[in-house]
Amino acid sequence: MLQKVFGRQPLGAVFAAPYAVFLVLVFAYPLGLAVWISFHDYFFAAPGAVVERPFVGLANYRTVLGDPDVRRSFVNVAIFLVINVPLTVGLSIVLATALNSVARLRTFLRVSYYVPYVTASVALVAVWLFLFSSGGLVNQVLGPLAPDPSWLVNAGLAMPVIAVFVTWKSLGFFILLYLAALQGVSGDLYDAASVDGASPVRRFWHVTVPGVRSATTLVVILATITGANLFTEPYLLTNGGGPDGASTSPVFVMYQKGIEQGNPDVASAIGVVLVLLVLTISLVNRKLLERD
Amino acid sequence: MNRRLVTGTALALTLGLTAACGGGGDAEEARGATGPIKIWLSNNPEEIAWGEQMVEAWNDANPDQEVTAQEIPAGKTSEEVIGAAITAGNAPCLVFNTSPAAVPQFQKQGGLVALDDFEDGAAYVEERSGDLATQYRSPDEKYYQIPWKQNPVMIFYNKALFEKAGIDAENPPLSTYDEFVATSKKLVDAGVSKAAIYPAPTSEFFQSWFDFYPLYAAESGGSQTIEDGTATFDDEAGTAVWDFWAQLYAEGLSPKEKYDGDSFADGVAAMSVVGPWAVKVYGESVDWGVVPVPTSQGTPAEETYTFSDAKNVALYSACDNQETAWEVLKFATSEEQDGQLLELTGQMPIRDDLTGTYPDYFEANPAYETFADQASRTVEVPNVPNSVEIWQEIRDNYSRSVIFGEAPVADSLTAAADKATELAGQE
Repeated sequence: MLQKVFGRQPLGAVFAAPYAVFLVLVFAYPLGLAVWISFHDYFFAAPGAVVERPFVGLANYRTVLGDPDVRRSFVNVAIFLVINVPLTVGLSIVLATALNSVARLRTFLRVSYYVPYVTASVALVAVWLFLFSSGGLVNQVLGPLAPDPSWLVNAGLAMPVIAVFVTWKSLGFFILLYLAALQGVSGDLYDAASVDGASPVRRFWHVTVPGVRSATTLVVILATITGANLFTEPYLLTNGGGPDGASTSPVFVMYQKGIEQGNPDVASAIGVVLVLLVLTISLVNRKLLERD
Repeated sequence: MNRRLVTGTALALTLGLTAACGGGGDAEEARGATGPIKIWLSNNPEEIAWGEQMVEAWNDANPDQEVTAQEIPAGKTSEEVIGAAITAGNAPCLVFNTSPAAVPQFQKQGGLVALDDFEDGAAYVEERSGDLATQYRSPDEKYYQIPWKQNPVMIFYNKALFEKAGIDAENPPLSTYDEFVATSKKLVDAGVSKAAIYPAPTSEFFQSWFDFYPLYAAESGGSQTIEDGTATFDDEAGTAVWDFWAQLYAEGLSPKEKYDGDSFADGVAAMSVVGPWAVKVYGESVDWGVVPVPTSQGTPAEETYTFSDAKNVALYSACDNQETAWEVLKFATSEEQDGQLLELTGQMPIRDDLTGTYPDYFEANPAYETFADQASRTVEVPNVPNSVEIWQEIRDNYSRSVIFGEAPVADSLTAAADKATELAGQE
C-alpha cells in the first residue's frame, strides 16, 4: 500500500515532502487562489459571513488596465528594471572579477559588499534619506549643482534613485553568484589568452564574460523577478510612491488596493498581470542569454 | 511517484483547509452570552494606562466576566491588523482604536455587530454623544461603532519663534488665509524656521485629514466631503482651501519633502496641525499657543468647525460573549471612565456638553479648554462605502495639484470629486 502511494523509494518522498508541502502551501495554493479571486467580485469576509462572490469574467482585468495609476506603476517598474538589471549585472561581474583576483583584504571586501544585502531595508533607507534629502549630504556636496526639486521629490529622479539604491543593496548577493561561477572558469584559458597577447580588458570580455554566462542568466532573471516585486523602497524612501505617483510600483498599488482599500480582486488581477509579464521577460532573457 | 505525491498532498491540504474553514459560532447565541472577553487597546502609553485601570475596575466588580486587554498587534496600520483578524475570525470583542474611515469596510466584511441589536444600543449612543452621534451612523441607519473620543484639529504655534520674527505672539494674525500666508512669509523670511507649517506631504490616504479636511470643515461651515451620496468639496470652499495650501507650497512656506522627525519640536516649523494630545507632547519643551484653523474670511473661533480625528470602539462579530462586551463598552464609556480618559490622556470623550460634565478638570487644566470648546464643532469622515479608496483619490489629486503643482487645482478638485461620488455610490 505504502509503495502504491509513495512509489519504490518512500524514503525519498519523505525527504521531499516538507519542501513539497511548503511549495504547495506558500506558493501554489496562494497563486491558484489569486487567479481565482481575479475572476470574481471578491472581498475578505469574516468566517461565517454570508457574502456573494459572483464570477465577473475579465471585469477586474478591465479595471486594472483602465486605471492610469496601475498603468503608471508598470511604466515606473519598467524604468526601474531598465536601470537596475544592467547596472546589477555590470557592477557585480566587474566587482566579482576584481575580488577574485585581489590577494589582500579579500574577506574584508567580500563582507563589505555583502553587508548591505543582509541589512534591513528600513535601516538602509534611513541612511539614504540622510544622503539624498534636500538638505542631505549629496546636495551639500553638489552645492549649486543639486537638482531642484531634490532627488526624492523629483518626478524624473525618484525612480532612478530607487533603482541605484536597490542595485547597491543587492550587489553583495549577485557578486557571490559570480564569484562561485568564476571558480569554474579554467585558469588555462586566461594563460592561453595572455600568451596570445590579450590585454586584461580583452581577457575579461573574451574569457570571463562567456565563462560565467550561465551565472549571468541567473542574475538577470533573479534581478528581474526581485525588481518587479519592488515595494519597500517606494513605501519608505519616497513615502508611498511619490512624488505624485512617480515611484509607485505594481506591488505597491496591489498593497493599496488589496489591503488598504479592501479590493483583493483588483489587486489579484494586477498580480496575475505582473506574473505574466515577469515570466515573459524572463523567458526572453533566457532565450537571448543562452543562445550560442 | 510525483503524481501520487502531488495527489496525496493535495488531498491532505483539501481536508486540512476544509477542517480549518469549518466551525464558526452561532451569532444569536453569542449575542446574549456572557463570560470572559478580550479587548485591544491603542499602543500609546497614556491610553494603555487608561485601559489598564478600566479593565482592573471592571474585573474587580465582575470576576465571572473577566476582561483581558492587550495592545493592538504590530502592523503597518491598526486597520490592516483588524481587517486581517476579522478575516481570520480571531478579532477581539472590542477594539478601542477603531478608525471611523475603516468602519464601512469592516461592516462589509461582516466583522462588526450593530449596536442597535442591543435593546438600549442606539439610545445609549445618542444619549451620550448628542447630535454628534448621527455622523457615525452607517448608511443602513445603524451604529456599528460608538463615538468614543476625538482630537479636534487646531493650529499650534511656537510663541518664541513668532516673537523672534516680530509677530504678536499673544494675538497672532492667523485667522484669514491672507493673514496666515503673510505671517508664514514673515517667519520664513526672518529665518526663524525653515518652514512656516509642515504638514506631511506624503501620499497616504489619511494625510488629507490634517491639511485639507480641517480647513474644508471650517471654510464650509461644517460640511463633510460627501453628503447624500454626492461629493461636496468641488465648490467655492474646496477651491479656496486647495488654493490656500497650493500657495504655501508654491512659495516654499511648506516643504514638499517629508521631515523625518517632529518638525515642530525641532523648531524646523513654527506652526503645526495638532490635536489636544499636543499639550502633553509639547507642553514642557515648547512655549506654544493655539488657534483655530484659518478660513478665507476669518471665521470667529466659536463658530469654526474642524476635523474630529476621532477613534471609536466597535464590537466585533467574532466575539463569543457579546452581552458582556456590550456591558464593558458601556462601562468604558461611562461618565466616570470618560473622566479618567480625559485625565490620563487629554483626549476629548465624544459626549454632549463636555465642559459642563467635567468643569473641575477644565478649571484645573485650562490648556485643554480651547480644545474642549472646539470639540463641540467637529466633522467626521463620511460613513460611506469605499471610504479609504475615496480618501486615496482625494490625496492623489491633492498631491498632484496642490503639493507638486503638476496639474491645475480646479481640474484635480473636479476629478477627485467625480471619482468620490462614483465610489460612494458603489456597494
